[in-house]
Amino acid sequence: MNYPITVDVTLREGIADPEGATIERALPALGFSGVTRVRAGKSFRMNIEADDEPSALATASALAERLLSNPVIENATARRSSQ
Amino acid sequence: MTRIGVVVFPGSNCEYDALAAVSSLGAEAEFVWHTAAHLDGFDGVILPGGFAHGDYLRPGALARFSPVMEAVAAFARQGGAVLGICNGFQVLTEAGLLPGALQKNSGLTFLCQPTTLIVESTASVLTQGADRGQELVIPINHFSGSFTCDDETLASLVAHDQIVLRYKDNPNGSRDDIAGISNPEGNVVGLMPHPERAMSTLLGSADGRVLLESFVGAPVGAR
Repeated sequence: MNYPITVDVTLREGIADPEGATIERALPALGFSGVTRVRAGKSFRMNIEADDEPSALATASALAERLLSNPVIENATARRSSQ
Repeated sequence: MTRIGVVVFPGSNCEYDALAAVSSLGAEAEFVWHTAAHLDGFDGVILPGGFAHGDYLRPGALARFSPVMEAVAAFARQGGAVLGICNGFQVLTEAGLLPGALQKNSGLTFLCQPTTLIVESTASVLTQGADRGQELVIPINHFSGSFTCDDETLASLVAHDQIVLRYKDNPNGSRDDIAGISNPEGNVVGLMPHPERAMSTLLGSADGRVLLESFVGAPVGAR
């Protein structure tokens, strides 16, 4: 079966995120108040051919760990894409 | 004569400067395409600045899978002198040959300016000819040059004298003002500033010479 998978890559807790901080600082000027803890990241979508969903997610996690993220500073999580 | 290989990835753009710089110091230098499978016959290898593989995904993330990187890892394990400049430093961290990672600059701007560096360790192939505490004016040219690592890694870098260069005035938010580091053996060095662009007072500074002279003169298995 073909599974639509999304991998989210975000900076690990404690790693400075100047992009997220800059976005957060810009929001009050646009009239958005009360928005905190903004973190920037990346999202990857792909289709994975696998026998079942757990093996598709396992493949996604493996490639996310190896290529899509830098484990020194980033976390990656794989999930089935919502249609 | 010392033979230096300058690795060229698709998207490298400082390879000619690096080649010219080490050639001017008497080394015999030649380009090595990123698909090369071995580095036999070289005394040192430089990974130059630029945007290897377009810097897609993250700087260095795709370059680490270029075939030449296995040869670079083997060369480093044998004690060969390896120098990563700017993008080359990013490639070395992604490849796991140096610890830590390079993040976007804290000010989120591309920085292209002279910086004053302080030589912190002379136990590396890049700094063995310099003096501890010596100040060098060398330009930086990067968007992702903010060195980061966890507390444990930082403690280990300090304990093993692996912090090679620090910024006098930290331009990019690098942890502990780090501009360049080495592996524990001192034969693999990465730095964000460009010594190959500081080879002549006519062009602003000749302070890169002492670093590249060290590198070109580095015996195999320097420490």
